[in-house]
Amino acid sequence: MSTFDDPFDSDRKLSAGCVCGQHRSAAEHEYAERTLRCEPVTPVSSEEKRYEGVVASAVMRAVFPKDAARRAFLKSVGASTALAALSQFFPLKTATEVFAQSGAPEKKDLKVGFIPITCATPIIMAAPMGFYAKNGLNVEVVKTAGWAVIRDKTINKEYDASHMLAPMPIAITLGLGANAIPFTVPAIENINGQGITLAMKHKDKRDPKDWKGMKFAIPFDYSMHNYLLRYYLAEHGLDPDTDVQLRSVPPPEMVANLRADNIDGFLAPDNICQRAIYDGVGFMHILSKEIWDGHPCCTFAASREFITTSPNSFAALTRAIVDATAFASKAENRKQIAEAIAPANYINAPVTVLEQVLTGTYADGLGGVKTDPKRVDFDPFPWQSFAVWMLTQMKRWGQIKGDVDYKAVAEQVYLATDTKKVMAEMGLSPPATSYKSFSVMGKTFDPAKPDDYLASFKIRKSS
Amino acid sequence: MTFSLRFRAAIVSIVLFAAFLGIWHIATRSTSAVGNMSPEYAKLMGITATQGKSAMPGPLDVGAKLWEHVKRPFYDNGPNDKGLGIQLGYSIARVGLGYLLAVLVAIPLGFLIGMSPLISKALDPFIQVLKPISPLAWMPLALYTIKDSSISAIFVIFICSVWPMLLNTAFGVASVRKEWINVARTLEVGTIRRAFTVILPAAAPTILTGMRISIGIAWLVIVAAEMLVGGTGIGYFVWNEWNNLSITNVIIAILLIGIVGMLLDQVLARCARMVTFPE
Repeated sequence: MSTFDDPFDSDRKLSAGCVCGQHRSAAEHEYAERTLRCEPVTPVSSEEKRYEGVVASAVMRAVFPKDAARRAFLKSVGASTALAALSQFFPLKTATEVFAQSGAPEKKDLKVGFIPITCATPIIMAAPMGFYAKNGLNVEVVKTAGWAVIRDKTINKEYDASHMLAPMPIAITLGLGANAIPFTVPAIENINGQGITLAMKHKDKRDPKDWKGMKFAIPFDYSMHNYLLRYYLAEHGLDPDTDVQLRSVPPPEMVANLRADNIDGFLAPDNICQRAIYDGVGFMHILSKEIWDGHPCCTFAASREFITTSPNSFAALTRAIVDATAFASKAENRKQIAEAIAPANYINAPVTVLEQVLTGTYADGLGGVKTDPKRVDFDPFPWQSFAVWMLTQMKRWGQIKGDVDYKAVAEQVYLATDTKKVMAEMGLSPPATSYKSFSVMGKTFDPAKPDDYLASFKIRKSS
Repeated sequence: MTFSLRFRAAIVSIVLFAAFLGIWHIATRSTSAVGNMSPEYAKLMGITATQGKSAMPGPLDVGAKLWEHVKRPFYDNGPNDKGLGIQLGYSIARVGLGYLLAVLVAIPLGFLIGMSPLISKALDPFIQVLKPISPLAWMPLALYTIKDSSISAIFVIFICSVWPMLLNTAFGVASVRKEWINVARTLEVGTIRRAFTVILPAAAPTILTGMRISIGIAWLVIVAAEMLVGGTGIGYFVWNEWNNLSITNVIIAILLIGIVGMLLDQVLARCARMVTFPE
C-alpha cells in the first residue's frame, strides 16, 4: 500500500510493490514518475494530512506486521476505535509534526560527538565559526576516544547526534555489532580525504602483490576504510582475510603504532596520514580518491528517536551541518578552516598538517610535493546508492549473512529526501534522484543490481 | 665528620636525579643526519623529519612546557581543552566518589564476612573471581548497562577499589584477639556495642591498610578509565596529547599522576598512623 493511503482501511494491503520495483507502491511510483517529468502533482489533501497518513500507516505497520492480523483487528473494533487506541500508545500528533519541521528548536543545548580527524571538519568548524549559533543552537562538540565509544555514547543519548563512519548507522540499524536501533544519516561529512600510508621501510614495495603477510590498521570494522582497503587488496589478487592482517585501531593511535613498527601501514582518515608523513614515519602510497573518486567517508548521524522527540532541533542541526559543509567545499575557505579547527580544543594537530590535507598541496613523504585540490572534498548529499554499495561490501565480507533488502535499508538510514528539502530551503541545488552510479577502481556499480555486482567478485568471504 | 642518614640519602637522591636528567638530555639530542630536501618540501614537514630532532623530547622541552602549564593551570578553552588543574580536579572528584562508594560498601560487608565464617566461605569464590578483573575489561559492560559514561567511570573505580578493602576488613575483623572478645562477652556487652567499641578499634589498622591499597588502585584505574571514556580528567589529557603525538605533555601528565598518587597515599598513611596502637 502507499504510504499516503489510509492505513485504517481494512480492505487494503500494507505491503505491496510497484511495476518497476523501485517504489513501495504503485501510487508512489506514479508520483515519482510525474515529478521526474516535471508534471504538476495534485496533492491528495493538505500537506499536514498527508504527513499524518504516512506516520499513521508506519505505526500501523509496526504494530501489525501481518496484514491479516491488522485487517481482523480493524474489522472487529472499527477504524475510529483503532485510531483512538493506537494514539494512546503512540502520540500520532507529535510524530506527524516531525515531518512538518518548522518552528523553534525544542532543545537548544545539544551535544555532538566527534573523532579528531579532518573528516569531521564540518561538525567541528560549525562550532568556532558560528554555524550552529546561526541556526539558533548552542552546540557543544565533544571529542571522543574511538568509534565504539562514540557509538555507545550516542546510543546512550549522551550525545544528541554525532560524527560516525558512513557504514556505522547502517550497521547499528541492522544490529551488527550492537543492538538494532534505528539510526539515520541526514548528511555526509566528507568525500575522499583518506589514504593508504605505509611505513618508510616499505618505500620500494609499491606493488600490492608484494604485501602478503603485512599488517594493516583500519579505524573500525564498519568503515569505508575497511571496505576500500579490502577492495583494493582483492583487486590486486590478495585475499584480505587470509593474506594480510587487518587490525581495528582508533585513528589517533595509528601513527604511534606505525612508529613502533606494530603495523606496516594503514588506510586511515586524514590528518592521520599526513601526520605520519609530517613526523617522518611513513609515506603516502595512494590517496583513497584513486580507488574511488568521490567516495563517502564519514557522516553526521542521529538516532531516529532524536528526530521524533526534537524534530526542530534536528532540522536546525542538519541545516547547520549542510551550511558548514557547503562553506568547506569552497577551496578559498580551506586555509581559514584549517586554522579554526587546529587548536587543542578541536583536532589538536599542527596547522601545517591540516592545511596540507585541506588545500591538497602536500608532502608525499618521499621528498616530493604533490597537489590535488580534490584530495578531500565536502558534499552533504546522502546518496542512497552509497548505502547500497556499503551493504554489498558488508555482504561480500560476511558482516551480513543472508539476504538483505538493499533499497529498504538504504532509504531508511540515508535520509536523502529530508536533505533535499533542507538543501532546497537553503537555496542550494540538490540532485533530482537519490541513486547514482559510480565506479570503483574502474568497475561500474549499478545501484539497481546490487546482487549481480556482488556476484561478480572472485575474492570474497565464502558464506 | 658524619652527616645524618637523612641528609646522606637526600644527597644520593639528588645525584641520581641529576644523572637521570643528564642521560636523558644526551639521549634525546638531535642527530642532525638528515637527507637533502627541497626547501618547499621541508616547509611542509615536521622538525623530526627536517632537523633530525629526536621524537622523544629532552628534559629542557619538558621543563619549559611544564612551566607553561604551571603558569595557567585553570584555563578553559571549551569542552575539549582545559587547564591541567581543572583536569586533575575532575579526576580527583571521580576517584573520591568511586572510592567513597567503595568504602561504604566494603567496610560493612567486610565486617559481616569477618564476623560470620559461613558468609565468608559462601562469598569467597565470587570475590576471588571478581578481584583480578582489569578496569578496562569492565568498561564496555559498564557503558552498555549504565548508559552514562561519567557514572560508568565512577562505577569502574568502585568495582576495582572495593576488593582490597573488603578482604582487609574481613581479615582484620576475623583476626581480632579472641581474649578481647571473650572479655567483652563476660562483661555482657551487646553485639552492636561490641562491634563498635571492641572489634572496630582492634581491626582499624588492618582496615586502613586495605583503604590505602585501594586508593592506589583507584588512582591507577582513573587514568585508564578516562582514556577510554574521554571528555575530562587527567586520563583524557594524556589521550588527547597522545593523539597530537605530544610526548612532552604526556611526560608532564605522568609526572603529575605520580605526584597526586603519592599525596593521596600519604594522606591515608597518616590516617593509618592515627589508629595504630601498640600491643
